[in-house]
Amino acid sequence: MNPRRKQRLMAVGGIVVVVAGAISLMLYALGQNIDLFYTPSEIVQGKSGQKPQIGQRLRIGGMVVEGSVRRDPDSLAVSFDLVDTGPIVTVSYQGILPDLFREGQGIVATGHLVGETQIEAQEVLAKHDEEYMPPEVAEAMKGIKHVKPSESSYN
Amino acid sequence: MWKWLHPYAKPERAFALCTTLLPWFGVSALLILATGTIWGLAFAPADYQQGDSFRIIYLHVPSAILSMGTYSAMAIAAFIGLVWQIRTAHMAVAAIAPVGAVLTFIALFTGAAWGKPMWGTWWVWDARLTSELILLFLYLGVIALYQSFEDKEQGSKASGVMALVGVVNLPIIHYSVEWWNTLHQGATITKFAKPSIDSSMLWPLLLCILGLALLTGAMCLYRLQNELLRRESHRPWVRAMLLEEEQNAV
Repeated sequence: MNPRRKQRLMAVGGIVVVVAGAISLMLYALGQNIDLFYTPSEIVQGKSGQKPQIGQRLRIGGMVVEGSVRRDPDSLAVSFDLVDTGPIVTVSYQGILPDLFREGQGIVATGHLVGETQIEAQEVLAKHDEEYMPPEVAEAMKGIKHVKPSESSYN
Repeated sequence: MWKWLHPYAKPERAFALCTTLLPWFGVSALLILATGTIWGLAFAPADYQQGDSFRIIYLHVPSAILSMGTYSAMAIAAFIGLVWQIRTAHMAVAAIAPVGAVLTFIALFTGAAWGKPMWGTWWVWDARLTSELILLFLYLGVIALYQSFEDKEQGSKASGVMALVGVVNLPIIHYSVEWWNTLHQGATITKFAKPSIDSSMLWPLLLCILGLALLTGAMCLYRLQNELLRRESHRPWVRAMLLEEEQNAV
């Protein structure tokens, strides 16, 4: 390689390394702020030493606990429990839930923390996992019967 | 070792190579893409959770993967162009960028259209979606920089540097779903473990990815030919070629 090419290679490589370094430092500094949501255990135990304040607006993401969905028969009000690995946080919500909302599925809710483990949500989003399979396979593998949301047990 | 590559740096040889490759890419892309799409959309079974809505995967995943693959190709071309100062490589950057931008847009658009019924929202500022949006802006930036210089040599250099710097974004897009909590699900096939998709759905998906890759290749070759003609229009080889075609037509 002749010296001029080497010089250009160094210059180009240098620019890329410096920018990569700057961006990784930035991402490191932002750290957990890039996370879309808190998990239930982070709400109860705190995330990197900081516990969310009561009244704080936040997002929570977790699995809907089986059998925890309670609907008000006269309105759209609904409440359910969320869990990840430890403590449970209860979410209450007024509105229509997305199609993929199921017990045992992951969801992300935006709202206010109203108690230690109580959240009033303004928006509930379903989080889908990366597994795709036909209904027969799902039934054989996981014992999940394919149910349309309108026919599922919590209605 | 790389001596055999050197002749292709010449515009007329590159043009001839594109002409040879183009029909192969075009025809195989059409065949494979048609097979994959029809298989995926009509014959693959519906998903146990999402029903038929999951079929957007046959458009969304190939375009998302290729938006990143195309960017790598563009960055490699920019690198070669900058270090070895090969004009043909700079022209390749200019040819590839708009194709990649369209792929990124398709990935974002189909994702949003799927997100509305499945997640319950068109858009959410999570790490995966945001970094993919940044990729779109990078593509647009490369195109804009290239176009904004009167002198195409300078435009190529500026856009090449931008393309190279943007490479930092590629690992961020790929690992965003692992490094942070995102609404977007994790990787289904682009991981070292066994794909978490049933094989009856996986095969048409792989065909769609391959088909779209070939189509992307074909479009890039076609655009590179255009770019070569545009920037070399005053050169003798272009005139000679045009003259020859004129004579053939008569």
